[in-house]
Amino acid sequence: MTAGLWQNWVLPGIWITVQLLVYSAALAAFVAFAVGMARTHRSTPVRFLAGFYTEVFRGTSALVLMFWLFFVVPPLMGWQLVPMWAAVLALGLSYGAYGAEIVRGALNSVATAQREAGVALSFTPWQRMRLILLPQAVPEMMPSFCNLLVELLKGTALVSLLGVGDVSFAAYLVRLATQESAQIYTVSLVIYFVLALLVTRSMKALERRSKRNIGIEQEPGLLGGLLARRGAGPVRGTEAAGGASK
Amino acid sequence: MTWDWSAVWDFMPRFWEGLLVTLQVLVLGSLLSFSLGLVWALAFRAPSRLVRWPVNAFTEFVRSTPLLVQLFFLYFVLPEWGIRFSALVTGTIAIGLHYSTYTAQVYRAGIDAVPKGQWEAATALSLPAHRTWFAVILPQAVRRITPALGNYVIAMLKDTPLLAAIGVLELLQQSRLESASTFQYTEPLTVIGIAFILIAYPASLLVRALERRLAR
Repeated sequence: MTAGLWQNWVLPGIWITVQLLVYSAALAAFVAFAVGMARTHRSTPVRFLAGFYTEVFRGTSALVLMFWLFFVVPPLMGWQLVPMWAAVLALGLSYGAYGAEIVRGALNSVATAQREAGVALSFTPWQRMRLILLPQAVPEMMPSFCNLLVELLKGTALVSLLGVGDVSFAAYLVRLATQESAQIYTVSLVIYFVLALLVTRSMKALERRSKRNIGIEQEPGLLGGLLARRGAGPVRGTEAAGGASK
Repeated sequence: MTWDWSAVWDFMPRFWEGLLVTLQVLVLGSLLSFSLGLVWALAFRAPSRLVRWPVNAFTEFVRSTPLLVQLFFLYFVLPEWGIRFSALVTGTIAIGLHYSTYTAQVYRAGIDAVPKGQWEAATALSLPAHRTWFAVILPQAVRRITPALGNYVIAMLKDTPLLAAIGVLELLQQSRLESASTFQYTEPLTVIGIAFILIAYPASLLVRALERRLAR
């Protein structure tokens, strides 16, 4: 692989992947908190709408949704999305739906007495959410969000099928240019692995910080958590898949 | 542009063909991921570090990298090494391998959740290793983890459209072919999008029911 291929395709590809990750994670976080909190709302129509949203967006395939936003929405609406934004929208909306389940599960896991204490002190519902429930629920969400963020990073590879020049797309072009697959595909897998490691590492740090904020100290892991494994087990399955509620 | 029902009917023959391929990939991929995942999970508990570490590193690597890139890797690199499979077989292997690293974690959690006394009882009865695993530990573990495995089957279903990228004639690829010949993009894509919801949602209800049943 020559330096030109690196400079023209692979390095910008990494930058595009990172951008995609950041934008769609921001959108997904917004959707996750909005929809997740709506699912614990008092009024039934709000809960139903939020539930409907999660089931639809968790039910369909992210790739099909992306194609749909890119090919079907333009003729229906009369305007066209830039591929990059179609991708961010599709990733943000579908991973936001998975995140909403995490938010809902964590909010439900806060002890009922905490909510009741808020009622007794005549907090408004929004004050209860902001001052009592969320500060205790957020540390609970962190391990699941870490997994979801790695899933989102893996999901960004789908955008190469819309022609956005991310790492996977760069790999495809380099393969065409050099007629060699093993090297470039190994390199791009390693790039994704390193990015996933960085995501896991920074999420672990955030988790420790958010736990310390509510007075839970954690043992630092081996090598400062560098080798910390992503959470595993059946719980993770329910979040990654379109399946059961927590 | 308006919705055209005749385009939907025209798409139906291709739709059923695509659905058949999708389900085929799903079933074979699930079987592969269940059996490979068990192999990884047993290797996690191997007495020798020389087995544990490489398997841990390999599964962690496969789990953290995108399925799409792995798909291209297998599709383009295996032929360079002289191994030739059809796109369908490559796709099934890729999806089965990818999800086996998830099911391995599920098996691991399930095996860890079997009480220690069961192991001790098996030792006390001097059961040979394979009897301990297949008659004592795994039956109890599998019961616990069935819902989680079911969730991964649903997740796998939603990842099958990726196989369109290497030209497997599953639902998404069929809809793209239909659009390419009729220039109707709206109907085929919407139909398969809804089809995924119609399969995945009842399946997730089923898993939820199973979870409640097994929890009792």
